Amino acid sequence: MTRSVIELKVSDEDRRVAWLATAAVGLSLVDAAIPSPLPGVKPGLANIVTLVVLARYGWASAVWVSGLRVLAGSLLLGYFLAPGFFLSLTGTILSLLALGLARHLPQRWFGPVSLSILAAFAHIGGQLLLARLWLIPHDGVFLLTPVFAGAALVFGTINGLIAAKLLAEPAPSEMP
Amino acid sequence: MSWLALLRPGDWLVILGSAALVGSSIPVFWQGGLADRAIIRQEGRVFAEIDLKARKQFEVGGPLGTTLVAVEPGRARIVSDPSPRQYCVKQGWLMRPGEIAICAPNRVSVQIMGRTKVYDSISY
Repeated sequence: MTRSVIELKVSDEDRRVAWLATAAVGLSLVDAAIPSPLPGVKPGLANIVTLVVLARYGWASAVWVSGLRVLAGSLLLGYFLAPGFFLSLTGTILSLLALGLARHLPQRWFGPVSLSILAAFAHIGGQLLLARLWLIPHDGVFLLTPVFAGAALVFGTINGLIAAKLLAEPAPSEMP
Repeated sequence: MSWLALLRPGDWLVILGSAALVGSSIPVFWQGGLADRAIIRQEGRVFAEIDLKARKQFEVGGPLGTTLVAVEPGRARIVSDPSPRQYCVKQGWLMRPGEIAICAPNRVSVQIMGRTKVYDSISY
């Protein structure tokens, strides 16, 4: 067999990101299967993976894992490039930015739960802004803000607690 | 390990702070309840006060001509107006208490009222 001209070097870091992104995609599928009373109110379980990756491997890995999760998740669920995809992308970008800022908070005082709540607020804030600017150009969109913000607080706390629980256990020495 | 042990002091601060923020956002976004009346004014005088229940149209005369106001269940708008810049027409449907469309050149305004009186930006 002739050797391919293009050789892609796959580093351990790449493998780890791929595994973690797979876990995140799996959780987004679970997320999509949970019935929701209102479009936009979702547990966002995949963010648990983002939080764990952020704490263990840094912000750059978290960006990769979230980005791949949005892309692959939208392909699997069939909303790639649909409005839902851009809402999801905007929310993810803003929550990653929030996490990038919030991870510099003193760790002794602020744990994964704080990061999770702040990211959840950034996520829903970004989605509402995009919806207002693009999908529904009327201030009526903001009437649902208290509902969304309340959901962000509740699910942000739960996801943060789960992430904190996972982080409290010793790190796996090596991924398969 | 109990779940509460996973929370650090700052986390409590964030949870309580956000809960307060969410709580205080409710009156900000949901003030005034639903729109149930519209007041049409001409030259500052009340031209008509309408319950926003039925579908109706009003022709209001002013110095430039006739302003056409449409009322539907829960909302009202200015359909046409002789003013040059058409600001009040472009505002579209008014559906929240306190919202107002003013056609200044023709001296006509439409304001939405709810059960409770709310302040709009003009009041400040």
